[in-house]
Parts: sequence; structure tokens; C-alpha cells
Amino acid sequence: MSKRIGLGFVATLLVIASAYASFYIAPEERTMGLIQRIFYFHVSCAWAGFTAFFLCFIGNLLYVWKRAQKYDWLGVSGAEVGLAFTTVVLITGPIWAHPVWGIWWTWDARLTSTFVLWLLYVSYLLLRTLVEEPDRRALLSSLFGIFAFIDVPLVFGAIRWWRTQHPQPVIMGGQGSGLDPTMKMVFFFSAFAMHVLMAFLVAERYTLEKMQTETDLLAREVEAQ
Amino acid sequence: MKNLDSVFAAYIIGWGVFFVFYLTIAKRTANLRAELERLKNSLPRK
Repeated sequence: MSKRIGLGFVATLLVIASAYASFYIAPEERTMGLIQRIFYFHVSCAWAGFTAFFLCFIGNLLYVWKRAQKYDWLGVSGAEVGLAFTTVVLITGPIWAHPVWGIWWTWDARLTSTFVLWLLYVSYLLLRTLVEEPDRRALLSSLFGIFAFIDVPLVFGAIRWWRTQHPQPVIMGGQGSGLDPTMKMVFFFSAFAMHVLMAFLVAERYTLEKMQTETDLLAREVEAQ
Repeated sequence: MKNLDSVFAAYIIGWGVFFVFYLTIAKRTANLRAELERLKNSLPRK
């Protein structure tokens, strides 16, 4: 309990520090100006979301293989936290796009695949509410989660493989791409802060899911008496 | 300071989403803890 509170405290401090660095340490981008500072938050959230979905994928694979409940708890925790981060990505993206592109949204490969990713994990969580029997629910949602994760590399690769309205990658983008060293440092610090926040939220959500299973078992025991 | 309102909105809404998400987890955890306690008390003592 105290470890989790400590992690939450560290995550909050890091997120505040990363916002400070985004506004006061990172230099102003020449063409977009102030609005480009959303980049540090928007892209960090996207990366943390991918990591949360990866945790979900690992939990899903391990559940299908070992059929242990703890892997199902990891799956649902990763999915819910990843969905929260992807929601932030889908909100901050259009806020950044509107002054720069003149439009809030366009159905290009990156934006569409991200929206599909969001819908897939909403479906994953909805599916869990439709199946009552715990083992069947865990198996079905794990199989669906493995399928849903296929979209993550598609989102990552969309701006590398196809021509899009969304900007080309500045990190891991190959020749001709790149960032100013201070911008890069601030970006990686922000990504680290978001990953610590993601780890904290996954830990909290995992504890909740574990407690839910314990409560269900105890309720059945009470009913049987 | 062109677009300051947009940058401000992006950060506030983003943090708001995480804060509300955390609150829902904390609330659900507190409710379950109370339920778990109630169920434990309703079991006959061995």
C-alpha cells in the first residue's frame, strides 16, 4: 500500500516536472511556435498507451497459455489504462491539429488506425461485461485482446509506411528526421514520466481487479452457507 | 502568445482525464474494500 502511494507521489512529481520542462526548458519550434509544446505530452501519452496495451497483450498471451487469473488481471488493467492514455492522445491531437492544419480531424492512416485502436479496446472492455462466467470471460477477452494488439504496430508504422496528413516521425524516423538535442531530452523525460504514471495506474487497477475476484469468491462462499 | 489557450486546454483536459480515471479506480477500490469487510463479517467465525 505505502509502495503504491510512493509510486503515485513520484509519478505526480515527474508529470509536473515534465510539464515545466516542456514549457520552460524546451526551445520554441520555429514554424509552429507555442502550439508545438503539446508534442511532449501528446507523443509521450501515445508511447505510454502502447506500453500499457503491450502489458495487456502479454497478460492475454500468458492467460491463454497458463490459465492463471493473475494474467487476466494484468490484461484488463493494461487495456483500461491504455485506453485512458489513448483517449488523451485522441483529445490532444485535434487541439494541436486545428491551428496547424486548419482542421480538427482527417481520416488519414495514422488518425484512423488510432481511432480503431481505441474502439478495439473499448470493445475488449465491453466484451468482459457480456460474459458472466469468469474463466470463459477471461479466455474470450484474452483471445480478443491478442487480436486487438495487431493494431498497435499498424498505428506505429502508419506514418512510416503511408503518406499521411499527420507529421512524419521525428523519433526513430530514419534519415532526415530528428530533434534538437534539448527537445529530445525533454521528450524522453516526458515519456519516462508518463510511463511511471502508467505503471502506477496499472498497479492500482490490478489491485482493484484482484480485490474484485476475492470479493466474488467470498460472496459465493457466503451464499453457499 | 498565440495558441496559449489551446496548449493550456490540451494539458488541462489530459490531466483531467487521468485524474478522473484515478478517482474512479480509488472509488471502486474503497467500495470493494467495504464489501469485502462486510462479507468477512457475515461468515461464521471458526
